[in-house]
Amino acid sequence: MQLETSTVMEHELAGGDYRLLTLASQRIADAVLPGQFVSLGLAAPADAILRRPFSVCDAGAGRLTILYKPVGRGTRAMLALRAGDSLSLLGPLGHGFPMPPSDAAQPPLLPVLVAGGYGVAPLYLLARRYPRRGLLFVGGATGRDILMTSAFAALGWEVHVATEDGSLGEHGRVTTPLDTWLAACEVDAKHDFFACGPTGLLHAVAQRAAAGGQRAWVSLDRHMGCGVGACLACVQRLNNDGEKVWGRVCKDGPVFDAARIVWE
Amino acid sequence: MTKTAAPPPDLAVTIGGLRLRNPVMVASGTFGYGVEYADVMPLAELGAIVVKGISLAPCAGNATPRLVEVPGGLVNAIGLQNPGVEGFIAQYMPFLRRRAVPVVVNIWGRRIEEYAEVAARLDGVPGVHALEVNISCPNIKDGGHVFGTRLDAAAAVVAAVRANTRLPIMPKLAPNVSDIAAFAQAVEAAGADAVALINSYPAMVIDVETRRPVLANVSGGLSGPAIHPIAVKLVYEAARAVQIPVIGIGGVSGPREALEFLIAGASAVQIGSANFGDPAVAGRVIEGIADYMRRHAMSSMRDLIGSLNVL
Ligand SMILES: Cc1cc2nc3c(=O)[nH]c(=O)nc-3n(C[C@H](O)[C@H](O)[C@H](O)COP(=O)(O)OP(=O)(O)OC[C@H]3O[C@@H](n4cnc5c(N)ncnc54)[C@H](O)[C@@H]3O)c2cc1C
Ligand SMILES: Cc1cc2nc3c(=O)[nH]c(=O)nc-3n(C[C@H](O)[C@H](O)[C@H](O)COP(=O)(O)O)c2cc1C
Ligand code: FES
Repeated sequence: MQLETSTVMEHELAGGDYRLLTLASQRIADAVLPGQFVSLGLAAPADAILRRPFSVCDAGAGRLTILYKPVGRGTRAMLALRAGDSLSLLGPLGHGFPMPPSDAAQPPLLPVLVAGGYGVAPLYLLARRYPRRGLLFVGGATGRDILMTSAFAALGWEVHVATEDGSLGEHGRVTTPLDTWLAACEVDAKHDFFACGPTGLLHAVAQRAAAGGQRAWVSLDRHMGCGVGACLACVQRLNNDGEKVWGRVCKDGPVFDAARIVWE
Repeated sequence: MTKTAAPPPDLAVTIGGLRLRNPVMVASGTFGYGVEYADVMPLAELGAIVVKGISLAPCAGNATPRLVEVPGGLVNAIGLQNPGVEGFIAQYMPFLRRRAVPVVVNIWGRRIEEYAEVAARLDGVPGVHALEVNISCPNIKDGGHVFGTRLDAAAAVVAAVRANTRLPIMPKLAPNVSDIAAFAQAVEAAGADAVALINSYPAMVIDVETRRPVLANVSGGLSGPAIHPIAVKLVYEAARAVQIPVIGIGGVSGPREALEFLIAGASAVQIGSANFGDPAVAGRVIEGIADYMRRHAMSSMRDLIGSLNVL
């Protein structure tokens, strides 16, 4: 974990209301692993106490990109950031997705990514670094919430889209194309799920993984205080050999084995 | 003007027999057990670290949401989640003991006997330098706050802890009392070596769309810049009422707020919520105090503490 003062390099529209913010970062950009996040210390609003957590969407060569949606006072203030502005960057934070060793004797299972909204962000870094190509299922309310699909396709991943208003891809939730695909799989087909998005989506993926005897890794989004494991604001109930314990989403997560999560 | 190389100001202070290299500590519950922030805030630079509140048995804390940001502050109701005194000693003391930083253990209980037992257990544990006795947490249903808002109960807790430890003890007072001086005097008489104030201020936030309290615990405690001027006045009153050192807490987010506490009469300060926004804030505050002392030709903390000019 490092604390850096970084500079905005690029700030561009990513589709819908979303923006891609690219920051110069020597040490954090080179250290970050898929599914880890950073927290931004914003100069505005001036009376904000907390940093804001964001998944790392892309990183390398001294650059780090996040994908964000303006939803509240902090993220709306971020809209004013221009190339050359500086902000405080803390990271890499938390534990990300398990990545198969690149020298493994056997190729990993087929990776199946499921995303909603900004959930494509950590999955994009995973897709870029995963030793095997797979599928991405992405859902949103409208076509404006479907992001980065061409970037995944350019990496050679098969992309399936669903929108609740039917304006792009299949009509319905992301589980509609996912279930169609699962139904067409061989009975004993093995794959690994990786998901990031709203809790309902994560739970749906967890249920499908459990039903099929597959593993699922889900990235949780919780309101955070410190982002480093110190304040115990972000806790999530986990099963620990039959006993219920608290896990800190910022430190023990944000990525958890879905089978450990107590869904409430 | 010719520049002469004045010796660097000496920031050391002594709190109840415990010598600190500078008067800046990090507050309980906002810096975990030190290990979480050690990568970005070298612990050896701190005056001391005050760890998250420890009780006799492990405590699960409150349901979530536990924390919400409000303009100028935070409202939290973590509910004192902790691994219990044995868990704390086993999991965290091996790490802390190896750092060159005084460790102050914040302790709490639901009954007076629990405070006494935790204190007895920590007495003699290598690396534990002092106990901060939390009699003021707004976030647990029983105990805690009740002790901090009743004079006799506050004194009884401190006396029980005193009887069970040789470590310096510093009770942590609640802000929401009508006469802070009386509380400071009561704990001093009961054997406290120093007195720390303030804990967070009882507070509540409502989501008007759902008409529900935002925190699962319904209410919580307000901390951060919003409570700083309140804390300054209480520290000022407490410092005038007792002989023992006072530790100022509440809304320190830069050198200026720390200096206000010191000038008001505090011998040391603690930084809480501001660690979340800037994990290296303590270093900045220490540097800022030294700068101030240089600018005002002060050589030791004695020149600064309680230096308020009241007309
Ligand atoms: C691990 C993690 C990864 C995230 N990754 C991304 C990402 O890649 N892209 C993206 O757009 N957003 C992401 N978020 C959500 C993002 O942190 C919030 O949208 C943002 O903090 C909102 O801040 P605000 O000031 O605009 O909102 P406000 O509602 O004004 O914020 C008030 C407080 O609530 C917190 N908060 C509000 N909404 C959320 C939320 N959904 N999750 C967590 N905290 C919240 C804020 O951090 C702040 O402390 C992530 C959250 C977490 C926990
Ligand atoms: C998330 C959080 C957790 C806290 N936990 C404790 C605790 O366990 N024991 C305690 O005595 N005070 C606790 N406090 C209170 C702080 O130590 C401090 O007294 C208070 O936050 C005021 O200081 P500040 O304005 O600098 O944050 C906590 C505060 C916060 C914000
Ligand atoms: S946000 Fe502080 S422990 Fe997770």
